[in-house]
Amino acid sequence: MILPEPYRLIAYLVGALAFVGLNAAYLVWLERKVAARFQRRPGPTEVGPAGLLQPIADGLKLLGKQFVVWPHADRVLFRLAPAFVLAPALMCLAVIPFGHALCARDFNLGLLLVFAFGSVNVLAILLGGWASRNKYSVIAAARVVSQNVAYEIPMLLVVTTLLLTAGTMNLRELVQQQAGGVWNWNLVKVWVNPLMPVLFLIFYVCMLAETNRAPFDMAEAESELVAGAFTEYAGMGFGLFFMAEYANIVVGASVATVLFLGGWHSPVGVMPGTFWFLVKLYALVFSVMWVRWTFPRTQFYRLLNLSWKLLIPAGLGALLFTALILKLR
Amino acid sequence: MNELIEQLKSAYAVLVVPARADTQAAAVPAVVQPTDPERRGCHLEVTVTPAVVVDAAQVANRFGFAIDTITGIDWPEAGQMEVVYDFFHPQHRLHLVVRTRVPRDAPALPTIQDVFPGANWHERETHDFFGIKFIGHPDLTPLLLPEDADYHPLRKDFTNVSRSSN
Amino acid sequence: MSPGHPTDSSVSAAAPRETFVLNVGPQHPATHGVLRLKLTMDGEYVLHAEPVIGYAHRMHEKMGENRTYVQFLPNPSRIDYLSAMHYMHAYVCVVERALGIEVPPRAEYIRVITSELNRIASHLVWFGAFLLDLGAFTPLLYAFDDREKILDLLEAVTGSRLTYCYYRFGGLCNDVDEQFIEGTRAFVKHMRGRLGMYHKLVTENLILRKRLEGIGVISAELCRKYGATGPVLRGSGVPCDVRKLEPYSVYPEFEFDVPHFAEGDCMARYKVRMEEIAQSLRIIEQAIAKLPPGPVMAEKVPRVIKPPPGDYYFAVEAARGRFAIRLVSDGTEVPYRLKLRTPSFSNLALFGEAARGLLMQDALALLGSLDLVIPDVDR
Repeated sequence: MILPEPYRLIAYLVGALAFVGLNAAYLVWLERKVAARFQRRPGPTEVGPAGLLQPIADGLKLLGKQFVVWPHADRVLFRLAPAFVLAPALMCLAVIPFGHALCARDFNLGLLLVFAFGSVNVLAILLGGWASRNKYSVIAAARVVSQNVAYEIPMLLVVTTLLLTAGTMNLRELVQQQAGGVWNWNLVKVWVNPLMPVLFLIFYVCMLAETNRAPFDMAEAESELVAGAFTEYAGMGFGLFFMAEYANIVVGASVATVLFLGGWHSPVGVMPGTFWFLVKLYALVFSVMWVRWTFPRTQFYRLLNLSWKLLIPAGLGALLFTALILKLR
Repeated sequence: MNELIEQLKSAYAVLVVPARADTQAAAVPAVVQPTDPERRGCHLEVTVTPAVVVDAAQVANRFGFAIDTITGIDWPEAGQMEVVYDFFHPQHRLHLVVRTRVPRDAPALPTIQDVFPGANWHERETHDFFGIKFIGHPDLTPLLLPEDADYHPLRKDFTNVSRSSN
Repeated sequence: MSPGHPTDSSVSAAAPRETFVLNVGPQHPATHGVLRLKLTMDGEYVLHAEPVIGYAHRMHEKMGENRTYVQFLPNPSRIDYLSAMHYMHAYVCVVERALGIEVPPRAEYIRVITSELNRIASHLVWFGAFLLDLGAFTPLLYAFDDREKILDLLEAVTGSRLTYCYYRFGGLCNDVDEQFIEGTRAFVKHMRGRLGMYHKLVTENLILRKRLEGIGVISAELCRKYGATGPVLRGSGVPCDVRKLEPYSVYPEFEFDVPHFAEGDCMARYKVRMEEIAQSLRIIEQAIAKLPPGPVMAEKVPRVIKPPPGDYYFAVEAARGRFAIRLVSDGTEVPYRLKLRTPSFSNLALFGEAARGLLMQDALALLGSLDLVIPDVDR
């Protein structure tokens, strides 16, 4: 079933917005519940059954608050930044194949598009931090830029390595290549490239860093930089940054699922389709939360060292090694 | 440890303010007095004139003492203010007290913060509470009191406004 | 692999350097209360750090001169609310010293038990808050879970959960019951297991080790010059503990070690405090085993407290270090002068020098490792 063009676009817009909105709302709820479980406390329980209506209440509260722009801020950029931060995540969702047919744009260069838009996110946080004209925000913005630049390189190196064996940038085709059981997923295809698990590990670490999640949450290291780049934001401006954070996690986890975990393919052979895609996606999201509530934050220079001194050489090594294998085969 | 006390005693015994020709002031030796630690909490009390507190602190420094605290005591009847320097020893059971008295109407004495940088805050606090000036101290702005405080609450003639009204 | 700071050689002197002042606090998540830090920064390097204090100043010393000895009893526990028992201990002991009161042994044993429980509670709060500073949220909740057990025990005996006013001149206000003894025994057992878990989960965590090892080194000499005491001094390799060095109460009757580590970094201070929890458990265990029967109040305590004129000094080892009271009595019902020497004040004083040249992140780790209680600094 393929929808004709204008309807497809509308369906995508509605779907993506609803998906991002609901995800942000309920991932916050999930995060709070997960954190609570790790910390032996109940978490939100008051609003609705098991606190399920809590995100709605929080969202309404944020909407009802004034969007304060303080006099010394750059008025235009300050307002633009929250919009900039959410838009790229929405764009990325356009090419992600949630199921065999559930993909807004079956695009040949899908992967490239995801990474192209993924980088805009950094710019938005930089804008927000800069426009705030707050020292904490500027420090955080500077940190975010150097962090994201540092981690984009190993991430792209890993993806390039993968592409050497896959030979396509179309996300749907990438998933289709992994059909036929767990052993065909890229993660475990060690006979194609023995470095596959390592690639996944690097990708995962980079994903944490790119989405500014703990232990790499330099953008909002609350015990040092108050709320980092978002210190001056109130109301829905802050809400949009918050939504974007979760949207980016979802995008990151989706890409990881597509690249390494066989996309919509079922590991047990039953019920292939969107269900399995979401299971894998949320399993990854859960692991991201798990990491956050377990580890302390790293130091900023160690974070950069990790990328420049370990991940990038490792990524380069993997790329050369894979190229060598392909040449010799 | 008794040996250490004896050494301290002799070190302080030679601590004498030299006679000055311009004021005809006579030489004043430091008074060293051992005390009962069980009863008083300190082992040695040294009473010096304000002019030699820096030398007294240097002796303490040489013996490896750490600065405990500095405080003032107001004695309006005697027209004096007492400044008490406490030193504790990180390795031995030894507590040293150096006392000095300054005139109440113009309380001033040299700072020891070049010997013990930690004295900086203690002296600033003593200045806050008693108005005792520490000559050579880099910054005597109120530390604990509000930044515009011009009163010295631990002087005995300072009356608490809310208390005196009832 | 910490980068050299720009104050020495890495930046050429000719390059123009732009600095800015970063105002941390008085409301900032890392300052745990109303402490303000004026940091002069070069990028993320701290060139100069100046703590600004006094926001929670209450003038306890003047209060002491305005009320009788008994009326001042509730005050010491409000100076450092996390270490209330030790502050009470110092206050009642200095007055007992002035009056020459002999305290019955049972009372002293119970004082030691409650003091050590309080020390554990205080270190647990520090443990949680410090890791919160480092960005790990979860241990806080675990630490507070354990602390809750201590608070419940102490609440049953003293009636309060934080600012205890349990000690009296000459003893205690009431005896402990069998339930408290049983509960404390159970707690010691429980806490030993938890300590093991903390070490596995937190101490051995690689990120944590990297964040603390070699960071914020304070030398023993710096501690001496600033009068820093407690875990800060012991973390610099000096086994200085008032309980051992100037023994008070019945501490000489117990076997315990004074943990000290020579590294002087944040990790050393961390390890000192964690080890102190274990040592406190040891003391509690011995004290419970040896707890003598008898009264908990001395018989010859005057109705009106009028210490003979003189100058008395008493120091105790509080959770944050050496807490001392200098009491000057003029023979009346009110103290003539009551000087409170608090450990956090001296421990914070060295921050400016110790933080110079650190990265901001490391400077805040250093600040957390000093275990400050701001009302204790400000009095």
